[in-house]
Amino acid sequence: MTAGTTTRKSDLLTPESRAHIDAWLEKFPADRKQSVVLTALDAAQHQNGGWVSRELMDAVAAYLDMPPLRVYEVGTFYSMIELEPVGRNMVAVCTNISCMLCGAGSIVEHVENKLGIKLGETTADGRITLKLEEECLAACAGGPMMTVNGHYHENLTPGKVDEILGGLE
Amino acid sequence: MSACPGIPPEDAVTVTVDGREFQVRKGAMIIEVTDAACISVPRFCYHKKLSVAANCRMCMVEVENVPKPLPACATPVTDGMKIHTTSELAQGAQKAVMEFLLINHPLDCPICDQGGECELQDLALGYGGDVSRFAEKKRVVKDKYIGSLIATDMTRCIHCTRCIRMLQEVAGKMELGATGRGENMEIGTYIEQSLESELSGNVIDVCPVGALTSRPFRFKARAWELNQHASIAPHDSIGSNIFVHTRRGEVMRVVPRENEEINEVWLSDRDRFSYEGLYSEDRLASPMIKVDGRWEASDWDTALQAVVDGLRSITSEAGADQLGMLVSPTATLEEMFLAQAVMRGLGTHNIDHRLRCSDFSDQDSAPLAPDLGMPLEQLEAVDAALVVGSNPRKEQPLAGHRLRKAALAGASVMFVNPVDYDSLYPVAARAIVPPSRMPAVLAGIAAGFPDAAGKAPEAVRALIASASPDADQQAMAKALKAADSAIVLLGNTAAAHPQASLIRALAGVIAAASGTVLGFLPESANSVGGWLAGAVPHRGAAGGLVATPGLDAHALSAQPRKGYVLLNVEPEFDCNDGAGALRAVASADFVVSLSPWAGESIKACADVMLPISPFTETSGTFVNAEGRWQSFTGVATRVGDSRPGWKVLRVLGNLLDLEGFDYTGSEEIRDELRRQVDAATGFVPAAGKTIASAAYGSGLERIGDVPMHAVDALVRRAASLQQTPDATGSAARMCAAQAVQSGVEDGTTIKVLQDDHVVRVGLEIDERVPEGCIWLPGAIRATTELGPDFGSVTVEKI
Repeated sequence: MTAGTTTRKSDLLTPESRAHIDAWLEKFPADRKQSVVLTALDAAQHQNGGWVSRELMDAVAAYLDMPPLRVYEVGTFYSMIELEPVGRNMVAVCTNISCMLCGAGSIVEHVENKLGIKLGETTADGRITLKLEEECLAACAGGPMMTVNGHYHENLTPGKVDEILGGLE
Repeated sequence: MSACPGIPPEDAVTVTVDGREFQVRKGAMIIEVTDAACISVPRFCYHKKLSVAANCRMCMVEVENVPKPLPACATPVTDGMKIHTTSELAQGAQKAVMEFLLINHPLDCPICDQGGECELQDLALGYGGDVSRFAEKKRVVKDKYIGSLIATDMTRCIHCTRCIRMLQEVAGKMELGATGRGENMEIGTYIEQSLESELSGNVIDVCPVGALTSRPFRFKARAWELNQHASIAPHDSIGSNIFVHTRRGEVMRVVPRENEEINEVWLSDRDRFSYEGLYSEDRLASPMIKVDGRWEASDWDTALQAVVDGLRSITSEAGADQLGMLVSPTATLEEMFLAQAVMRGLGTHNIDHRLRCSDFSDQDSAPLAPDLGMPLEQLEAVDAALVVGSNPRKEQPLAGHRLRKAALAGASVMFVNPVDYDSLYPVAARAIVPPSRMPAVLAGIAAGFPDAAGKAPEAVRALIASASPDADQQAMAKALKAADSAIVLLGNTAAAHPQASLIRALAGVIAAASGTVLGFLPESANSVGGWLAGAVPHRGAAGGLVATPGLDAHALSAQPRKGYVLLNVEPEFDCNDGAGALRAVASADFVVSLSPWAGESIKACADVMLPISPFTETSGTFVNAEGRWQSFTGVATRVGDSRPGWKVLRVLGNLLDLEGFDYTGSEEIRDELRRQVDAATGFVPAAGKTIASAAYGSGLERIGDVPMHAVDALVRRAASLQQTPDATGSAARMCAAQAVQSGVEDGTTIKVLQDDHVVRVGLEIDERVPEGCIWLPGAIRATTELGPDFGSVTVEKI
């Protein structure tokens, strides 16, 4: 049995996150709050430097009246929800078929060599995390491509990649 | 199923399955039709008691004019549908699915506990290939620890999600989930923790593979070595139907036996795993006599003669009134009947099975046997239920499950309790008050009915008339009034309450005023039987007249006797005032204990110990909450020189030269009592309620309910159950405000004083406990030295 506490689990969510979630809640029936879970996790991730802790998932669960496990299920299912601390910038190079045919492999190799880390790892200074196995982002016409913090960069060349990565704080 | 009774013509459709025509209910799933017609369709994820997931894809069937095979579990029938379950298309799909399922399933059947009773193994025989075409690596999943009851081998999991759905839909809390995706999907708790559900063992039954198996049973036996015997669960008053599995006469495990009217297909963890206590270390193998303070094994003749001499010396020197008998409410009907016959033959009515009660003042106006007043099945169909002094989930888990079904279907389930127990379903209204306030709340609800006071018994009329119901109480009265079918339900706390008579009277007024049923959720497997068999001081068997009532359970410890007979009772755990009862028994001149076990306190205070058989080794009868008589037979080999209790009591009766102890079988005893009970159909309780409930003392009120795994001697010895979250807590709990008032702090050890008893326990802050109270359970080792479960206590900082 847990001891009672006066603080609620959902208090971990910032007012901005709550406002964001509330705006989405209006689009769904009152008894279907869990429809908003992915958006809520995204907001939680945004407020927390790009990743969601277990406590934050519990906060989302409490806020949406869901069993915590239901939130864990969603959080572990989607690759865009990060469950471990990540770097300040998230770089995701598409390696799906169109980009692969356009030379995504050499782009990945270049980025890995430049940063000294492998896909799925974070630089020692916490500046950049390379996303593991990013799937098609629907920009096949501009392959090879990557996203940096969600923004699309297309028709990549090693020089262009250097320029983009060099500009990251 | 050609003519389908019960289906209105407008709802009936005609379908053809494998060339046979059926009239079935519109909207039924194909698999329901084939199951009812005994046409076998393979499946893993479908379970008739759970929602349809349709994720295993094993139940593919062909439907004419549909190009692809369809899952039978998720395809509703339509008129004129022609279904083929064994066509080339159907079988091809089933075999293909089987091949996929076996890709990642390990070939470890020889070391798997499920081997021999495995749905995957069985179906692989019919639908699997003889050679695997899969040469790649199989996935391996790290094992999870989910508690002391369930062993996991998650590599074997085929992701049918039955366990997830069972825990969420039936047990009421999502404790297992599927995290990760695709190849990486895993069933688990995500954060390592034990399952808390009191119904968790059912995931073992629903798991179609060996991923979730019984931990206590692990590697103990193979399914084909076991003999299966029908029996009745011995703990709660549901009387769940069970199968006891034995190997060479030894009980190896217990599983549910389907009975839709009682336990459906489920079984509570207590009923499933308590068998571990049967062969505990302190099991008695032969009669024992204490000689000069030392226990010596004896033969039956000597031991029984010692009992006869001991009892006779008390009756002749001090009078029969100096004898008392405490009977466990888990004793069989036959044992209870003979026990009271022995006591009454000796000339005393000092016998009781209501060990946890303390207020008996209304016992003469009680019905022949207080029971549920409706079939268990009807409990899920009520529109409203007012539950008074009960935590149904933990007291009678499957009654709790029925109430939950009612609540989810829209019924107003309402609670008047001293603790805000977690019900896991929407509660329409609740009054969480200190025990002393419960009668006032009930009076308030009663006052919500016009002229309730006028029709109320004299003893509570003034109380109701002076009550002014608050909004909650009025809402409760309104919900009961509005309901077509409702019940006022009294549980363990209502029975153990120091003012139980008052509570019963007020609940009766509410039930009468709202036209609902007044139901009792009896505490134990044979609590109802105890009344019928006459294991009460004020009535003989079948309500027989008693001129001068004997001493009740409370008086038997408050007014110590010179001699005690204990029928499967450990006074410090089983009695309302544990310390008081033990002191009374310990100070007696002669004590005989009839029990399968030799508990520490029994060894200390008894003079003779007679080893009687637990429920698995004797024939007997339990009467459940609905008043249903369920007989069972002995299914396991008797341990050592132990004997069925009814035989021991019969011989004792003979040795005491008492009349009417000539039974040759337990059925004769049952039939004799049945005749008496049938003849007592016109039983009329004494008119007019006498209520002499003691006034509540001042000071902190103790809420001493009994944890679910401490209710009787058998379950207290079940090792795995004792490691579950329901058993491990022994702390005292208070709300933060009360802790401040009492000057004690969260997480510290405090001193609890009750009368002249003191214990030291840890304190946890728990806002479910109202102010003015301390929640400190009874029947556990930490509190056996305290007095009455619901008495007044004081606390001190250490």
